[in-house]
Amino acid sequence: MAQLLQHLINGLAAGTIYALVALGYTMVYGVLKLINFAHGDVMMVGVYMGYATAFALGRDMRSSLVGVAVVFAVAMLGCALLGFFIERFAYRPLREKPRLTALITAIGISFALSYGFQLDIGFLPGAAPRAFPEVIAPVEWLVIGDRDVVVWNWQVISFGIAVALMVGLQYLVFRTRFGQAMRAVSWDHRVAALMGIPTDRVIALTFMLSSALAAGAGLLYAIKDTSVSPLMGLYVGLKAFVAAVIGGIGHVQGAVVGGLVLGLVEEFVVGYAASTWRDAVAFGFLILVLLVKPGGLFGRVTAEKV
Amino acid sequence: MLLAALAVMAAACEKKTQPAPSGEGGTQAAQGQGAAPGGAPADANSILLGQVGALTGGQATFGISTRNGIELALKEANAAGGVKGKKLSIRVYDNQSKPEEAAQAATRLITQDKVVLILGDVASSNSLAMAEKAQAAGVPMITPSSTNPTVTEKGDYIFRVCFIDPFQGFVMAKFARENLKLNQVAVLQDNKSAYSIGLADVFTRKFTELGGKVTAVESYSQGDTDYRAQLTAIRKSQPEGIYVPGYYSEVGIVARQAREVGLKVPLMGGDGWDSEKLFELGGSAIEGSYFSNHYSPDNPDPRVQKFIADYKAAYGAVPDALAALGYDSARVAVAALERAKDLSGPAVRDAIAQTKDFPGVAGMVTLDAQRNAVKSAVVLKVEDGKTQYVTTVNP
Repeated sequence: MAQLLQHLINGLAAGTIYALVALGYTMVYGVLKLINFAHGDVMMVGVYMGYATAFALGRDMRSSLVGVAVVFAVAMLGCALLGFFIERFAYRPLREKPRLTALITAIGISFALSYGFQLDIGFLPGAAPRAFPEVIAPVEWLVIGDRDVVVWNWQVISFGIAVALMVGLQYLVFRTRFGQAMRAVSWDHRVAALMGIPTDRVIALTFMLSSALAAGAGLLYAIKDTSVSPLMGLYVGLKAFVAAVIGGIGHVQGAVVGGLVLGLVEEFVVGYAASTWRDAVAFGFLILVLLVKPGGLFGRVTAEKV
Repeated sequence: MLLAALAVMAAACEKKTQPAPSGEGGTQAAQGQGAAPGGAPADANSILLGQVGALTGGQATFGISTRNGIELALKEANAAGGVKGKKLSIRVYDNQSKPEEAAQAATRLITQDKVVLILGDVASSNSLAMAEKAQAAGVPMITPSSTNPTVTEKGDYIFRVCFIDPFQGFVMAKFARENLKLNQVAVLQDNKSAYSIGLADVFTRKFTELGGKVTAVESYSQGDTDYRAQLTAIRKSQPEGIYVPGYYSEVGIVARQAREVGLKVPLMGGDGWDSEKLFELGGSAIEGSYFSNHYSPDNPDPRVQKFIADYKAAYGAVPDALAALGYDSARVAVAALERAKDLSGPAVRDAIAQTKDFPGVAGMVTLDAQRNAVKSAVVLKVEDGKTQYVTTVNP
């Protein structure tokens, strides 16, 4: 029972991170109908930005409240900028081209980032994984029995940050003018343009927003797993993509639920079976969901207009 | 469909070529992949060797150390006049720490560059993929540091200058039982790595044979970064030590998370731990752990100390065991090429097989009938972010 509770806590911690990354996929898919495969790698770049910032701050500073805020702010702003440039120079010129062109470009950017970051020149970090500095110094907040259940401060803080980001996003999408514009573009970007909505700006902002979310999620992931490596983006990105599809891609609540479900499923597989099964079960689960509900848990199947 | 596309892209992604000029002043060195188009061998005054190594990816420091060691050995050989009056040069291909890339790179060295001999790789899974190609083409291959027994079982063209896994598992089991006096040990193995499984199996058998008890066997997959579930299960079995025969990139994180779930017992491992990065990744959590290795930089032997000084001068770091083995493998190769009556595959193969009492920096190299080196291992302890020599265990 205690073990179940522990796995539940760990699964939730992982799930919220998947959910945050999945939100980025879903938002971009919503406005552009593009699976942004570079999303995970943007996240990885964000983690390295946080890594560099944490080191620049020094040991004492980075574990203070201000330090944590600065690390997150730098990484998220930096990634928003990166997202802006990727959209402006890689995707926008292809806006009117077949969708496959943009998709292949996304994969290209993904590899350029994940393999480029393995170089060891200038600011690039090199291929070896590195220990992520303890931005949130680990403290046990709750211990039940003989360490049967342990809740760490960073788990609670991460969960809090993730929930805050999700609530903020929910507000932004459904309660603000920008959110309204975003939903309009997602509905039909030509008509939205005719209505006077600056679609290019909305799309650029969506990219910046999703990239900033990715950076935040990446930092939480790096804090959880105490390490950072250039290939982490490919892996986490793929998992979050699965989460987004399980939830129904293009659907904001779906991404959150998909992420949580995937995080819990993986944790239980590793906890009660073996870690070698984890990916098989995760992808098997995806196939199962798509068989039963092709649009994902929250998605609606719409007939393609001819 | 999209996932399939991604997988295809992942498999076909770029290969990096790292030209490594090793002749004095680089005069005879092959310059990158364009140097020998259409498979023409390098010019008549030089002998071209090939190396496949993990220069990027999860085990990158292994490949880079090995490359440095090989480069140093070839530089010295060229300074001493080369082999049969010819200079030596080497072409290095990256395998991104992936077996399928390793096989491709080996094929390229054989068919396109027409190398006389292949050196590499470190990880056994990669060497196995390469050995298949080398054996089929009849090109001799020496792996500096792949310790899985099956590598040299691929055929009579495949050699190694290091000991094999059963021996490392044996060394640690003996050390844990007799020196550390442990009764109960848990095992955490990397299920994606032939090396890790090999070490874990032998350790488990030997430790039980010596009267100890293995309380739990848990596994992870290479590339994992969260081991809390497995470590929680291990903690329940109350071991006095944990054998983690994985690679440094995972072990460092395992150590941190082990301390976090409340496991305070020492960790033990094999030569996969041997990287400066281990201390950075593991921090204070890895202190007081033990691992078996091929060599110790504390060895006072003047030959070893000269190697360390030369290596430091060239690369600005103390050589790890992989650099030492890379160096040894290249020197064994050079000596064999000198002995061989010509540079054909069979002649070079026979010459390598005759290697006996070769004084390497990581111990005397004598190749047995199975083309494996028979040599002793050292046990090192992690202390203050450095390794400390503890003892030597003989076969």
